[in-house]
Formats: sequence, structure tokens, C-alpha cells
Amino acid sequence: MTSTAEAIERIFRAEYGRVVASLVGRFGDIDVAEDAASEALLVALDRWPVEGTPANPGGWLTTTASRKAIDTIRRERHRDAKHQAAQMISDDTPHEPTGIVEDDRLRLIFTCCHPALAPEARVALTLRLVGGLTIVEIAAAFLVPETTMAQRVTRAKAKIKGAHIPYRVPGLADLNERLAAVLAVLYLVFNEGYLATGGGEPIRGELTEEAIRLARVLHGLLPAEPEVTGLLALMLLIDARRAARLVCGELVPLPEQDRDGWDRERIAEGHVLVRDCLARNRPGRFQILAAINAVHTDASAWSETDWSQIATLYGQLAAIDTSPVVALNRAVAVAELDGPAVALAVVDRLGLSSYHPWHATRADLLRRLGRTAQARDAYTAAISITDNPAERAYLTRRREQLPR
Amino acid sequence: MTQYLLSVHHDGTAHDEAPSAEEMSSVFGAVDRFNATLQAEGVWVFAGGLMPIEQATTVDNTGDTPVITDGPFAESKEYLGGFWVIEAADLDAALAWAKEGSKACAERVEVRPFQGV
Repeated sequence: MTSTAEAIERIFRAEYGRVVASLVGRFGDIDVAEDAASEALLVALDRWPVEGTPANPGGWLTTTASRKAIDTIRRERHRDAKHQAAQMISDDTPHEPTGIVEDDRLRLIFTCCHPALAPEARVALTLRLVGGLTIVEIAAAFLVPETTMAQRVTRAKAKIKGAHIPYRVPGLADLNERLAAVLAVLYLVFNEGYLATGGGEPIRGELTEEAIRLARVLHGLLPAEPEVTGLLALMLLIDARRAARLVCGELVPLPEQDRDGWDRERIAEGHVLVRDCLARNRPGRFQILAAINAVHTDASAWSETDWSQIATLYGQLAAIDTSPVVALNRAVAVAELDGPAVALAVVDRLGLSSYHPWHATRADLLRRLGRTAQARDAYTAAISITDNPAERAYLTRRREQLPR
Repeated sequence: MTQYLLSVHHDGTAHDEAPSAEEMSSVFGAVDRFNATLQAEGVWVFAGGLMPIEQATTVDNTGDTPVITDGPFAESKEYLGGFWVIEAADLDAALAWAKEGSKACAERVEVRPFQGV
């Protein structure tokens, strides 16, 4: 492919969500919108190399796609009036004032992340419609066959149409609950990139980048929602460490990372967002996680970390999220403050035996306590339930470094 | 506007002990109030509770001769116990009614759109 065509496809992907969202808003049908957007890309590939890229490529693509959609609808109407009439996603209710900015992309995100859709379908639809990823790319990202992913997306779109899942931003009464579902989808995409569950690439930068891009879109649309800000900050502060996290195919955990390899620009941006959250004083799960990562990225070394601050933040998190995983993470800070014996007592009570970080944390604490045989068993248990190759490599090395 | 089926599925194995008379009358009262709200709000199309599954008869006239059998068409742990047909603007509105219906009848409620007419 020529570099011009690549540049056009890059613009197309960046503008895809906006184009599709605007067409769904106008024509009420996702398939019509997607087909018209693809046709607009073909026109762009044909004309931009000759005429030059328009000043407002997004607007150009939307206008061209709208014309294509109108052509299609006219043809369909001619052929089958009844079929055409059945295509509309109804949104005939007057919009209630929600007090927040209405944007077609925002409506589209809420439709894609509707709780009536299966969680894996929400992720796929969001990446497809809002993120502009192809089915092939999404299938590859989640290690499922292309036909499976295509079917998943087709089914979800059929349900949106058939069950009349509305194309709108929920009212204030439901906004928090529905926004939580959207944030969960973005975080899922990010986590899959940050530590892939499968046995392929250990870190998938394209997924973390995509999640950050979508979180930026959401933050741009809802700048006053602190959990959105918190999620974006969290992603930036974690992703800033990506380059230092993998050395020679082996995962490098935070205590051992070369902090010179961190992306200072992302960290600075994340810190600004965390301060914005603190100023709003409406704490939530993602904001607290972001604050924890702000403390980590503030320290020049693991030993310089403000552990009492970290433990306090995990305590706040535990108050709203009773998951034992939170308690496990807090125990890591406790180990630094009160020693590994105190932390181990906490960890052992959690009994997360199917969660590999639980075994890995126990292994590390047992190692520090000189309980070598037990540490070896814990490393073995962690390795046996981890598929990520870089993490396996790290755990295997730690196990081999135990004194004989 | 779309019509939705809100169906209530009784788990035949869950209620080995019959609910007490007070429990029954409290559920009946709540369902009556919910039905009245549906009618007042202009959402109501039809609703009804079904007799127990032991009273079902299955008719199969897909072959050469009709076959009539006692019992449901498929053995299942759960059976349709009753339903509402409502008319709502979209799925969100239907789900909001289903939340109230589920509270009223103290059972899970399945929401399913009818095919367009």
C-alpha cells in the first residue's frame, strides 16, 4: 500500500466513530451507516491523492457518506418500501435535557455498551463502531476466529435493531450506572493490551493505545465526570511504564523497572488529570486507582515510594470495592510498611487460589521471609495458571533464583 | 413504539415448599398494583398468569396425524408461569417496567421484543 493510502486509512480510522455516529443519528441504522462510511473511504482513496486531503477530512467523510447513505436508502425504497421502513432505530421521544453535552459519538458509545448486550459483544462493538477497528483486527486482538467475532458483532447489531436499544445518552437518573458499564468496557480493552491473557504477544500496545484514545474521546465529551478523568489518568500512568515493563521477553515488575524508561510526558499528563479529580472531590474507583499510580510514578525508586499514602488509598478503595483483589494489592503496601510477615498473614486469609497474582505475591513474601520451599511451591502454582509468556518467564527466573 | 413480552419463568425445583398464604397474597397484591400502573400509564396490552405446568397439553400436527400428549413439549427445570405484553418506546423503557414487574412478582423477568408488524 502506498504511504498516501496509509495516511488516508489512518485519518479514516481516526474519524470513523464520528462519521458512523453522525450517520446513525441521521439515518437510524448502523448497517447503513457502516456501509456508507466504507463507500466514503473508497471515494477518498480515489480522490484525495489527486485533489489533496480536504481541510476538514472528518466533515468531508461525513458529507460523502451521507450522500452514499441517501443513495442506498433511495435504491432500497424503490426496491422494497417495507424493508426500508423496518430499518429505523426509533428515537421518536423528545430528548430530555440531561444537562450534559449531546454528541453522536457519546450516544453511540452508550448504545454499544448497553447492559442488554453481552459484555464481550460490548467490547467488540465499541472497538468496531467507535474505534473503527476491523473485525479481523478485533478477532486477532481477542484471539477468537474471525467468523466468531463477525457473528458476535452481527448478533449484537441485530439485537440493537430488533429490541430497539435506544441511541441516546441516558438521563441523569441512570447516567452513573450506564457510564460505569462504558468505563468497564474501556478498562477491559486496556487491560487486555497491558497484560494479554493469551499465550501470544505479552503486551499489546495497539489495544492500550486504542483504549486511551477512546477514553480521551469520552473525557473530551464528559470533562466534568471525574471517573472518566480518573480512568484516562489511570491508563496514562500505567501505560507510561510500558517500555520498561518488558525486557528480553520477560516481564519486569514495578520494583525492578528502570524508571528512566518511563514516558514522562504521559506521566505529567496523568498527574494533571489526577489533580483535576482531587479538586472535584467526588472520589471513585478509577480515580483512586489513578491516585495510587500517581504516587508510584512520583517516586524516583521503589524504595522511595510513599507507602503509607498507597496503603491509605487502597484502604479508601477497599471501602467501595470489597473485592479480595483490592485487599491483595493493599497487602503489597503493608509488606513495605510493616514487613512481609504481617502482609503474608493478610494474603493467606484471602484464599484467591485461582488468581495467579495471589500465588506470585505469596511467593515473593515467602521468599523474603526465607521460607524457600514454600516460596518455590507458590511460584510453581503461579506459573501453572499463567498463560502470558513474559510473566511465566519472570516467575520461572525468580523460582530458579531461590537458594537451594 | 414496540411491543415487548415480559415473561416470568418459575423454577420448578426452587419452590419445593409451597409459599405461605401471606406470601401469596402479598405477591398478588403487588402484581395487581403493578397491573393497575401499566394500565394507567397506557403501557398495558395484555397480561396473564398460567395454571401449573402439570395442566399443559402438547399438540403436534407436524406429521401425518395429529398427536396429543399430556405435559409440556420439552422437559425443563423452568416453565413459563405468566407474562405481560407491554408497549414501550424502546428497550430502556421496557427494562424499567421489567424491573418493577420483577419486584412485584418476586421472580426474574425476561424481556423480549415482538417482531414488527
